[in-house]
Amino acid sequence: MELLAFGDTGWGDELFRATLMTIAVSITAMLIGFSFAAIFTPLKLSKFKFLNLIANIYTTVIRGVPELLVIYLFFFGGSGAIMFFASMFGYNEYIEINAFVTGSFAIGIISGAYSTEVFRGAIQSIDKGQFEAAKVLGLSKFKQFYKIVLPQMLRLAIPNLSNVWQITLKDTSLISVTGLVEIMRQSYIAAGSTRDPLFFYSFAAVLYLLLTFISMKLINKLEVKYSRGY
Amino acid sequence: MDFELMINSFPKLLNAAVVTLKLLSVSLIVGLFIGLLFAILRLNKNIFINKFAYGYSYVFRGTPLLVQIFIIYFGLGQIESLRSSFLWLILKEPYWCAIIAFALNTGAYTSEILRSAFQTIKPGIIEAGKSLGISNKIIFYKVQIPIAIRQSLPAYGNEIILMLKGTSLASTVTLMDLTGVAKYIISTTFKPIEVFIVAGGIYLFMTFIIHNLIKFLEKKYSY
Repeated sequence: MELLAFGDTGWGDELFRATLMTIAVSITAMLIGFSFAAIFTPLKLSKFKFLNLIANIYTTVIRGVPELLVIYLFFFGGSGAIMFFASMFGYNEYIEINAFVTGSFAIGIISGAYSTEVFRGAIQSIDKGQFEAAKVLGLSKFKQFYKIVLPQMLRLAIPNLSNVWQITLKDTSLISVTGLVEIMRQSYIAAGSTRDPLFFYSFAAVLYLLLTFISMKLINKLEVKYSRGY
Repeated sequence: MDFELMINSFPKLLNAAVVTLKLLSVSLIVGLFIGLLFAILRLNKNIFINKFAYGYSYVFRGTPLLVQIFIIYFGLGQIESLRSSFLWLILKEPYWCAIIAFALNTGAYTSEILRSAFQTIKPGIIEAGKSLGISNKIIFYKVQIPIAIRQSLPAYGNEIILMLKGTSLASTVTLMDLTGVAKYIISTTFKPIEVFIVAGGIYLFMTFIIHNLIKFLEKKYSY
């Protein structure tokens, strides 16, 4: 228990901060994933074969390649790509992007591929009559989506999105390879300096279990809220 | 684009893909047995056995695979009595540690898949067997297991692909699998995009093969 003391003698406060970091990365990645899904879901449902193809390449490649490989691509290639774009605007200094941005982007792109599939499935399982009724009522395109499609889609999507959240949360442990101090990295540091890896990695496992447990409880509440009337 | 590097690194990555496939197949076979065992325990009426099996799958599905590998590879070596026992011959090898972690992980997911497959078997089929005077044991082996396997094929196919991606974590415990070699080449040449295309392509090819194999099996065993 002394090992977990807060302050200079133990690792309690460090692990607490690391847990907050894991939560922050997961939420950021999930939001980045949503914005990717917002772009690629319409492409998937589009009438144009070419747009379908682009979206399919995105989801197939990302879901078929290991997360770790994607993270390495961003970790080693991220600053290079930014510097390439910056040099086009005449900026030739070295740019270093921090591990938080690289990590959340890498995990975000992965989570986005899963979210895209979830949203596509949810929209496709909405009854066709709903779209037609919305049109007949003379609602504008925006209102059709915002008032008719979105609420129904969310109800169908939330159970699957909770799976995506779990995957995203667990994937953040892989960012530790880039040196971002989240639960896994902090446990690695603590295990190295105290020579007690069994305790710290087991504690990390407990922290992850706690995070998944609490988030499941919260998502269940959300599920109840969005299935009112059913 | 450095095409020369892509061509040069291809055979190296292909060799590494063999390591990945070895890790995958061994852990899937062991994981299947663990999964079947725990699926049967889950269906047991004894509440303690039932809860134990549920706890196993909850813990292994709720924590990242990376934590599981690190606990087994770095953590278990700390236990003095384990170090002096014959188990240490296995646990000091990163290869076997990775396989133990993968097998336990995929076993947890497989047990859930098989459990739900067992539960969807219509009671009428089992009753039909009973009324024919077939013993419970034979009903289980000859009726329930084949139906459960057919039922769980699509979900198990996804699990194989997830596990294929999971084996990339073996590179964190010094194994040179496909991801490990890819990372090595990236960090020595600083050409991440080229290496990603080749290594990612090999992974996608393996995913493609597995996907079609499962589809073929689904068709073959459909009824």
